[in-house]
Amino acid sequence: MRLLFGTLFALVVAAAVGLGATYFAISRGAAFGALRIGAWTAFPKTGTQDADPYARAEIARTGRLPVALGDGLMFVAKADETGKRLDGRCEVSVAGVTPSARFWTLALYNSEGELVPNSINRYAFTSQEIVRRSDGSFEIVVAPRANPGNWLPTGGIERYTLALRFYDTAVGVATKEGREIPMPTIKTRSCP
Amino acid sequence: MIRWLLLLLGGALLGGIVHLATIIVLPRTATQDAYSRLSPIAPVNSVTTLPEPTPEKAVMPLMDPAFASAICRYDLSQGPMKLTVPVGLAYTSVSFYTNRDIAYYAINDRSAGRRAIELDLMTPAQRAEMPEDEEITAADRLIVESPSLTGIIAIRALAPDAGLMPMAKRTIYAARCQRSDVAKK
Repeated sequence: MRLLFGTLFALVVAAAVGLGATYFAISRGAAFGALRIGAWTAFPKTGTQDADPYARAEIARTGRLPVALGDGLMFVAKADETGKRLDGRCEVSVAGVTPSARFWTLALYNSEGELVPNSINRYAFTSQEIVRRSDGSFEIVVAPRANPGNWLPTGGIERYTLALRFYDTAVGVATKEGREIPMPTIKTRSCP
Repeated sequence: MIRWLLLLLGGALLGGIVHLATIIVLPRTATQDAYSRLSPIAPVNSVTTLPEPTPEKAVMPLMDPAFASAICRYDLSQGPMKLTVPVGLAYTSVSFYTNRDIAYYAINDRSAGRRAIELDLMTPAQRAEMPEDEEITAADRLIVESPSLTGIIAIRALAPDAGLMPMAKRTIYAARCQRSDVAKK
């Protein structure tokens, strides 16, 4: 009887640990070779044939087609500079300059990777659409209510993800974390 | 007490194996991956334009709303494929994925360096079988080798602003993807 309980206990622990870790790894994005710059994270190898098993599992589970490395690179942010989760009820500023690329786009998704409905049907900005300051830097305001300038609406949802994609860029597998790549900063300005 | 601790340790170790096994097996069993999602809507060996992603409906998650896109689901078992994509105004790219949604090659309008992206897609075996004289005439054509028999080609054109979306769509509509022996006739 003790043996039976013991085995059962060990198996339950194994299932909980194993499946829990798998769930966590896939929902958090645990692929190797992460490139973290400020609040942004990219997985350059996920867009190549060298994608590791974690990347492959995440791609299969979410049902997305990753951006191929020869096409571009996608950075995502789920939190601001200070680590505070991006909240669609707050006013968040994405400002600064970007690494060199022919084009870039900034899009907003909910946690399922779907676009978020809003009154002006604006789901993304491209590098050509934004209004820039005289020095070439820009600021995009991600907020639930209309803002002057570059306004990316959140639709007031609680949690969202920002995806910053660079197309035809030199940023990739060989890029090292550090100061040489300028990325826009993400700051939460005010929360109701 | 020590017995339960050992069981806990054993369970945790076994859990590690369960974790690795599920990670590796998952891509093989996934039914909602991009290839499975696209299969019912995309006939094989032809170009299917994808509807623009909206909050209500999107074929796949995390699609870039600034792009007009189309896919060609290919099957090389009957022979190589030919792909022609005219180059749009802003940025046009073609990315190749295996049937497990792994990107193995991508090219854009600038790296193609011409007015149209033209290439032949084949398996390494089909390339080896190519007659030599054909290899010479094909020297100026780009040949891409697919690691899998089936897969997806994603054709995408950027609309730098919303007003240019019709233009980007026109580029996509003009893309052709067909079997090489059909294209020759």
